Amino acid sequence: MSRYSALGLLRGALNGQKHWQPAWRDPEPKAHYEIIIIGGGGHGLATAYYLAKVHGLRNIAVLEKGWLGGGNTGRNTTIVRSNYRLEPLHNFYEFGLKLWHGLSDELNYNVMFSPRGAMFLGHSDADMVKLAERGDAMRCDGIDADLMTRDEVAKLEPLLDMSRDARFPIQGGLIQRRGGSARHDAVAWGYARGADSLGVDIIQKCEVTGFVRDGNAVVGVETTRGRIGAGRVGICVAGHSGHVAAMAGLKLPVESQTLQAMVTEGVKPMINSVIMSQSLHCYISQSDKGGIVFGGDPDNWPSYAQRGHPMVMEGAVAQGLALVPALSRLRMVRTWSGVTDMSFDGAPIIGETPVPNLYINGGWCYGGFKATPASGWTYAHTLATGKPHPLNAPFSLDRFERGATIDETGSGPMPNSR
Amino acid sequence: MSGPLRDPKGATISFSFDGKTYKARAGDTLAAALLANGVGLVGRSFKYHRPRGIMTAGIEEPNALVTVGEGGRAEPNTRATDVFVYDGLIARSQNRWPNLSFDVGAVFSLAAPMLGAGFYYKTFFGSAKRWMFYEYFIRKAAGLGNAPTKADPDRFSQRAAFCDVLVVGGGPAGLQAALEQAEAGKRVILVEQDSILGASLIRDPQELDPAWVAATAARIRAAGGRILTRTTASGYWEHDLVTLTQRLAEPGEVPPSGVTQRLWHVRAGQVILATGSIERPIAFAHNDRPGVMLSQAARTYVRRFGVLPGKRVVIATNNDDAYKTAQALQDAGAEIVAILDARPDFSNAAVGAESAGLPVWTNAVPSSVTGARHCLSGVTAIVDGQSKHWKADLIAVSGGFTPVVHLHMQAGGSLDWNEAAQAFVPAVSRQNVTTIGGAANPDPVFPVTPVSNPKKSFIDFQNDVSLADVDLAWAEGYRSVEHLKRYTTLGMATDQGKLSNMAALGRLAEKQGVSIPEAGLTTFRPPYTPVSMGLIAGAGAKNAGAHVRRLALCDVHAAKNPIWQPLGYWFRPRAYPQGQETLAQAALREAKEVRTGVGMTDVSTLAKFEVSGPDATAFLELICATTVSKLAVGRGRYTFMLREDGIAFDDGTVWRLDENRYLLTSSTGGADRMATHISYVRQYLCPQLKVSAVNVQEHYAGIAIAGPKAKAVMDALIKADSPRHMSTVPADIAGVPVIVLAASYSGERAFEVYVEASIAAPVWAACEAEVTAQGGCLYGLEAMEFLRIEKGHLVVGGEVDGRMTPMDLALDKMLNKAGGYIGATGLSRPALAEPGRRQLVGLEAISGDIPEGAMLITHKGGSPHGHVSAAAFRILEGGSVALGQLKDGFSRHGEELIASSPTRGQEARVRVVHPHFYDTAGERYRD
Amino acid sequence: MMQITCPHCGPRAQSEFIYERTVDSVVPLDAAPEQAMAALFSRTNPRGVDEEIWRHTYGCRAWLIMTRHRVTNEISATRAVGPEALP
Repeated sequence: MSRYSALGLLRGALNGQKHWQPAWRDPEPKAHYEIIIIGGGGHGLATAYYLAKVHGLRNIAVLEKGWLGGGNTGRNTTIVRSNYRLEPLHNFYEFGLKLWHGLSDELNYNVMFSPRGAMFLGHSDADMVKLAERGDAMRCDGIDADLMTRDEVAKLEPLLDMSRDARFPIQGGLIQRRGGSARHDAVAWGYARGADSLGVDIIQKCEVTGFVRDGNAVVGVETTRGRIGAGRVGICVAGHSGHVAAMAGLKLPVESQTLQAMVTEGVKPMINSVIMSQSLHCYISQSDKGGIVFGGDPDNWPSYAQRGHPMVMEGAVAQGLALVPALSRLRMVRTWSGVTDMSFDGAPIIGETPVPNLYINGGWCYGGFKATPASGWTYAHTLATGKPHPLNAPFSLDRFERGATIDETGSGPMPNSR
Repeated sequence: MSGPLRDPKGATISFSFDGKTYKARAGDTLAAALLANGVGLVGRSFKYHRPRGIMTAGIEEPNALVTVGEGGRAEPNTRATDVFVYDGLIARSQNRWPNLSFDVGAVFSLAAPMLGAGFYYKTFFGSAKRWMFYEYFIRKAAGLGNAPTKADPDRFSQRAAFCDVLVVGGGPAGLQAALEQAEAGKRVILVEQDSILGASLIRDPQELDPAWVAATAARIRAAGGRILTRTTASGYWEHDLVTLTQRLAEPGEVPPSGVTQRLWHVRAGQVILATGSIERPIAFAHNDRPGVMLSQAARTYVRRFGVLPGKRVVIATNNDDAYKTAQALQDAGAEIVAILDARPDFSNAAVGAESAGLPVWTNAVPSSVTGARHCLSGVTAIVDGQSKHWKADLIAVSGGFTPVVHLHMQAGGSLDWNEAAQAFVPAVSRQNVTTIGGAANPDPVFPVTPVSNPKKSFIDFQNDVSLADVDLAWAEGYRSVEHLKRYTTLGMATDQGKLSNMAALGRLAEKQGVSIPEAGLTTFRPPYTPVSMGLIAGAGAKNAGAHVRRLALCDVHAAKNPIWQPLGYWFRPRAYPQGQETLAQAALREAKEVRTGVGMTDVSTLAKFEVSGPDATAFLELICATTVSKLAVGRGRYTFMLREDGIAFDDGTVWRLDENRYLLTSSTGGADRMATHISYVRQYLCPQLKVSAVNVQEHYAGIAIAGPKAKAVMDALIKADSPRHMSTVPADIAGVPVIVLAASYSGERAFEVYVEASIAAPVWAACEAEVTAQGGCLYGLEAMEFLRIEKGHLVVGGEVDGRMTPMDLALDKMLNKAGGYIGATGLSRPALAEPGRRQLVGLEAISGDIPEGAMLITHKGGSPHGHVSAAAFRILEGGSVALGQLKDGFSRHGEELIASSPTRGQEARVRVVHPHFYDTAGERYRD
Repeated sequence: MMQITCPHCGPRAQSEFIYERTVDSVVPLDAAPEQAMAALFSRTNPRGVDEEIWRHTYGCRAWLIMTRHRVTNEISATRAVGPEALP
């Protein structure tokens, strides 16, 4: 892998950019791999990277039905944070946040991770108590969280509507200063380049169509590019988890729904942090190219269409404008929709399945991007050793039927109430 | 550059650009008016700050982006080609400092060799803090216009419409189709994004009877059709639902009605797309400069606006259409110095032009242009392999036509490749949509291979993406069209790739050695053109789309100036301060009065259900996890409800009003959820039961009267003996029929009076009079919290947080032993009985005040074992107490813990106790 | 925004309806524990046709079962549930 650096850019300027190498190879699939990862999104690529980097495994393949990073990694609102209330969640995401802080150097690929602060707004005394509770839970586990007064919120984000007669007047906030945003494509590309340079085969345009079984155990996959044998197989396909799992006869505690998001035309800097709310369901940040990145709740109905209901977006934008009225004359220039796998407690599923040699990583709801490094790390551990890492042990597939769910919002097995 | 076709006396409208005042003619776009006034330099490009002018005459404009308007209605990134001048229009250029002519940012051009596609991924390494340092400057350089900071003074409205046929595009094909459908009796809506109808006929009026457009529009309207101009079909959704964005005022214009834009949701029986095509540029070096214009745009400026954009003109084309531009410009007084036709042979149009004396060159492709900041100075081309040069101030280019297929694709359609036109045309569609006219039949072209230096040959003008960037992305392995697009950022600017997508695909296909259709295609998504956020939000922007739910008695409360508390969409009185009382003082006074005398509060928001019928009891024993059948008529009990997974999700009371008639109450916060749950169970799970379950939450207002004197108050009100605790009677208060429930949330002897909301006021007045006569007062939610916490009553959303089982909440003794209730099977899940679960505990302070929400830790720096769900104090004796959830809490009574809130800098030392601090024996309920 | 045919009200905009759950997720009242938990937590979640329970919340408030393809959003059938729909 040719290293990236400012000096390299200068060299490229002088030699007409002739010395750059492809960021990853385009290999033919081998007949057999020690571990196959189904799904070349951020999580699958991160898993492959850590399998090679941390566990020293080389005979690994990532199979991607389309182009790598082309799923939800390629279309999300890029928020990175670990400010969850429940311990298994905040400890997991915090491990990831620490990885985020060194990721660009680790990958020699600038993922543009910007810890500009992830802030939850509170709109009532009750909200502020709930924020304090969340912050206290985090702080007692060694994770940064600070309450903010009205004035501090207004100072950080001067364009927030701070009027006291607003429908949901802002009373303060809880900020995780080490959280923020990153460039989503760069994360996928950085992990891909890193994994590839360590010998991982990333095979694009290769769709898994079935599993090869020996008795109950999985020993390989059938794909549009032929049969490939495997020691272990890890599913890592987000919204299509149910679809792929069904090929092994498995049903999952997951429902696929659409999540819409958008970006506006680029403007000069106006939003400094990542703004979220305890009461309203939208999130606002500004990309490095100047566009305002905006999203809200998922469309609460099952869909693989990657198209949502326009009024869901209209409702989210109404909430966004109530928070930041200055958005009014900015123009939405691009929308996108992903298929999110909503799990029945809002927490992910990373671990074994009842089928020997088959593992699952999914159920990320709409919080998958921030988890990319931690998901990759723990899934790599799980695939390499056959057993979960302590951080993903709570996220077992069987926890639902056992009764050990991790339900951040307390909504239960009805994704619509989340 | 003002053309001879334009009568200067006709320009009567004043506008300003970058502080200078100019005149425009009615109907001018800002771009036309600027050109008429000789303004060629209009903006600076995003990355390299190259000088930019006006390239098109339509919504596909990539370069002429300005901010129009002032204050809260200023619209940044407005295409000068898509705003119609009104008197007093104020426009400013963007992305330049200190001004457009002398922009310091132009130094980025010098660094261009280092700033190619993806350069930022290869550098700026170091700590995240260091990246944020670089990022500060990158963010300042990024973005084009500035967002307004003042509030938006105008309104945006929404409208729904239904029609049999929606026709998109008011050109000849669309008008004809709309006419036929309307006169066949169909309900027709025709939309056109321009301010006038006609489209291609505007630039080529010679092709039809000049009056045809107006006459056809009149006939459409006469047949009942609706025509909307300045209206863009923005998105095609499911089942032929199309969203339209309509301008009622231009950017920055004060809208006469106060409404500046309107969003339509149109459900159509079928959709006809007559959206035409967008002309393609040609790639050559410096093809982004002022003085490089699309051919049909140049023709439009002459024919529609009477403006000549250049005097010495080169035409560069690969098709016949541009010859019309040559004719139009020559007729307007320009000299056509060369027509560069990329085709090897003379077409009929070329022959015609040559016979008319125009200089036509075949096998001719432009390779570069030179220019000043505001116009061109010369054009160089490769003609039959030789370099040739002309002095010129304008080059009008036509690289072919890209059919506008966006809505067809959004509707789930597929595309065919039209080889002659080198373009994608609509093929099959999943929905009821057809494409007609130029969009379905684009003109044939000759494919042009660029002969220029790829570094300066731009394909995405707005994001400064050149052919060299595409080549670089290819070399680095970003080879799928989506990788290419994201790595180079082409197609991601405000013009959404309308001029760049095909050029990029062409280069990609060339690199891959495949045909363009094999190279791939990006996804088409709404919006077709960028849409104001204010329009999407509509009226909801003011109140976050959240209506207010008012108590039936809200005016009565308002007259007392309470402190209001939001609870979901409700507003409820939190306390009724007297004099200079603070919230805390008022709430303490109110709570003490309830403990020692009598208090009165509004409990109208509680969920309430009337359940009746022969199967009412059986139905309730599905919903409630306690028994119900054991209730005698006239008696009630506490109950709770489980989700199907066995988790407690609500609690309340159930009262047997009659043999087969019950009143069920449950929490305010869970009311909508419980109503849906009850309806689902009744309608879907047991439709065969003979039961009716009616949501009467807002039908009944509710008044609670609590305290040792409550019975005296109630006796006086109903003029009878009040029911004993947990009994119910119907009664009359002030002549109004009510239901009286003897229930207590506060821990004192108490009653809840339910009365039909519309006639609640006199009942409230009577109650208040009696309470006052007994020396009592009103109390609000804050006091209610103190009272119930001290008593140990649970609240949904607090202790009942959607994660606790009845066992965790010490309610398991109340479970219906016969089972059969919803949630019984979920309770049998093994982990729900394992040690380590959070359990309900009480906490009393040893030192400090217990902060609500604090974590329970065993030692400093320890991980939480639980948290404080509700904190209060002993109302009469003082002393901080709380309820909480604690791991294995039932077995830890007596243990000392720390309640720690690092975020608030507060902590208390606490002891784990039973979660009841007041009257554990229930003495207060006895008379 | 789909157009959904309410069995009582006819074709109405999707914004009048709220999706509740899938038919395969329903826990029958007489289900044994394993069957109940399997229904609740193991869904087919197909990338194709499924049967779903919706409610015409902002209309007649009746419940209905919808047969719909989750990629094309083609609704092949809607039918009423509840006491009136009993045979």
